[in-house]
Amino acid sequence: MKKDYKFNQYYGSSNVFSIALILLSLMFLIFKGLNYGVDFKGGTLIEIRVESEKPNIEVLRSSFNKLDLGKISIKNFGSDNDFVVKFKRDELNDPEFIKNLQKKLSQELIQDFSFRRVENVGPKVSSELLKAGVTAICLSLMAMLIYIWIRFEWQFSVGAIAALFHDVIITLGIFSALSLEINLSIVAAVLTIVGYSMNDTVVIYDRVRENLKKYSDIKIFDLTNLSINETLSRTIITSSTTLLALVSIFLFGGEILKGFSLAMILGVILGTYSSIFIANPLLVFFKVSQKTVLKEDN
Amino acid sequence: MVMVSSSNFLNLDLDKQKKIKLGLDLQGGSYLLLELDNEPVIKQKLQSKLLEIKSYFLKNKIKILSLKLDDKLIKLKVSKSDVEKIKEIFNDKESTINPYYFQFKSHQLDVNINDDIFTLELSKYGIIQIKNASLDQAIEIVRKRVDEVGTNEPNILKRGNDRILLELPGLDNPDRIKSLLGKTANLTFRLETKSSNESFGTEKLKLMETGENLLLSKRVIISGENLVDASPRMDTLNNQTVVSFTLDRVGSKRFAQATKRNIGTRLAIVLDGQIISAPVIRDIIAGGSGQISGGFTFQSATDLALLLRSGALPAPLNIIEERTVGPDLGQDSINAGILSLIIGFFLVIGFMTLKYRIFGIIANFTLIINLILLISILTLLEATLTLPGIAGIILTVGMAVDANVLIFERIKEETSKEKNNLIAFDNGYSKSKITILDANITTIIAAIILFIFGSGPVKGFSITLCVGILTTLFSVFFIARLLTSIYVKINKHKEIIIK
Repeated sequence: MKKDYKFNQYYGSSNVFSIALILLSLMFLIFKGLNYGVDFKGGTLIEIRVESEKPNIEVLRSSFNKLDLGKISIKNFGSDNDFVVKFKRDELNDPEFIKNLQKKLSQELIQDFSFRRVENVGPKVSSELLKAGVTAICLSLMAMLIYIWIRFEWQFSVGAIAALFHDVIITLGIFSALSLEINLSIVAAVLTIVGYSMNDTVVIYDRVRENLKKYSDIKIFDLTNLSINETLSRTIITSSTTLLALVSIFLFGGEILKGFSLAMILGVILGTYSSIFIANPLLVFFKVSQKTVLKEDN
Repeated sequence: MVMVSSSNFLNLDLDKQKKIKLGLDLQGGSYLLLELDNEPVIKQKLQSKLLEIKSYFLKNKIKILSLKLDDKLIKLKVSKSDVEKIKEIFNDKESTINPYYFQFKSHQLDVNINDDIFTLELSKYGIIQIKNASLDQAIEIVRKRVDEVGTNEPNILKRGNDRILLELPGLDNPDRIKSLLGKTANLTFRLETKSSNESFGTEKLKLMETGENLLLSKRVIISGENLVDASPRMDTLNNQTVVSFTLDRVGSKRFAQATKRNIGTRLAIVLDGQIISAPVIRDIIAGGSGQISGGFTFQSATDLALLLRSGALPAPLNIIEERTVGPDLGQDSINAGILSLIIGFFLVIGFMTLKYRIFGIIANFTLIINLILLISILTLLEATLTLPGIAGIILTVGMAVDANVLIFERIKEETSKEKNNLIAFDNGYSKSKITILDANITTIIAAIILFIFGSGPVKGFSITLCVGILTTLFSVFFIARLLTSIYVKINKHKEIIIK
């Protein structure tokens, strides 16, 4: 079965669509910003399980409000009985803090409860973690740029990196728009997206290069389309199996992995899209021809 | 290797066999990052340096016009005729007053000379030396304290030159350890004084029990270093819990002398700047042992004894990061992780079988081998499995079929051009090899960067991702290739169509 979809007819409209999405994402990132978790903002996170039939979040909220913790946020976390409470704390050094909190809370709250998870991140550590996260993402983008530059010509390198930026910015933009929490595992997800999106782009680029060498008479506009079609089943199958695995994590992997798997699901969808509709039009834009790839071999 | 891995699946916990370590997020436990506040140590070091310089110059008969500590700078004024000589003393590589570190090619002190005034400050490496020494000392003390509490397999690691990472598996309530580590445990025995013009200087400290302030001499009679043992005890006389201690020889001698000379005076027992108790000396205490009472509960007496036995920290430790996961949440995470692994695995396997039939089964078989290899290698590396690590395994399952798909699709193309099945298969493998390598190297790069910059659970993810890619490449190029070649040989003359 020979596939011959006209992807190249949509290069223009898809690029407009992508640029619009990127601009929108940037607007969100600039004006709304990211919802950093305690990893990057510092503060205290407590996952609490309340042992009762249908615990009321308002009751919990008012009990916590009486504890004088400043501004707190309480959200349901997965099951009806689990909640995550977050608040800022200036003094991290009181070793009795959690113990006292537990004691005070048990006076306020009638139901039995237990702390399932406690995270305290000091301001120094959180700013270091944020710096490390940003450095890691920038470094990985740079490493990809260099790798592709060594393996391909610069036009390909620019195309692949543009696709990467597209995926990362839009994923973060969606996180900003939906106010989803950015924590350490999201950084891990973004890095994996970088790897995956690159992987996808490289497979198509490899085919483009091969075809460029093979056919001197096909213009790059049609040649990219041919290459996309030739690798299409692989693109679809790999994206599908990866998405199946990720959806499984999203649905069954527990609340802690929700954000992580969601970011990756978005990344895989965007990565697949961008490797077709961003990476290839750029080759057309740079007027890549047989000469571009043959130069290297000499 | 298969053996190792199957034992893991069946959860046979034989002592000799290696096992994947579960991360704190899966088995529950506490992760604490402690930072040593080195400011006091550095101040102290400069103080003692000042005395050192004074006595050195005195011995070598060099006149000091003035010598003082100005924040972190030592300012030394000498007569103009001595400037050259002193310069040489400070810059001498054999200098005892300003040690030279050959490994760093740097002196302990940076020396600036302005006319007849020398300004000395600790050099970058001088500070690092001090920090390293106090960190090593602190780690020792932390280890002793944690060991005394008796947690199960604590992990204590140095981080940089002023941090200690403490992992306490299975500990769901780190309160006790936290309060033990929060105390410097600097113990001194000092006398109360009436006049504030004591030659050693005086300071006012608070007596914890009553809240009254006592004026104490700064002269230390004995300190925590003189203690050889300490333990909680029930004082049957007045029915209260006390901490009894034993002193070393030097300590007992000094203690006996001080108590002999100061009968009737109050002896203050000072811990971290607070007076625990201040009994009036009634008699000579000569035996080299004594007891501290201070309204202790049995728990607080036990903790104090523990702190005194383990010794004082060189500087206060601050907890700058804490992550504690309760054991039930850990178990829930394991269950959720395994459930999603199984479901993800069957979804992928089902999909591949439907899509590729016989070759799908080959791909699936390869996937199973791949998983077994992955888990075996993680076991052999004694890697720590975290929740994101499990996600990494699931992701490997999803992405591992990629290489096989690339090859199958390539073979499909080749068979349409090439009549000979064997050649077509061979071409399929060789032509897709470069693409597969390229594609996987990019993911490995991302995973390595994540390993370098990531911390804790995220590191576990990068490890499984990296190992997963390597086992995928191995299983595809060796196992899947072997199986497909066998299949092709058997069906050499039939038309093979990959759907």
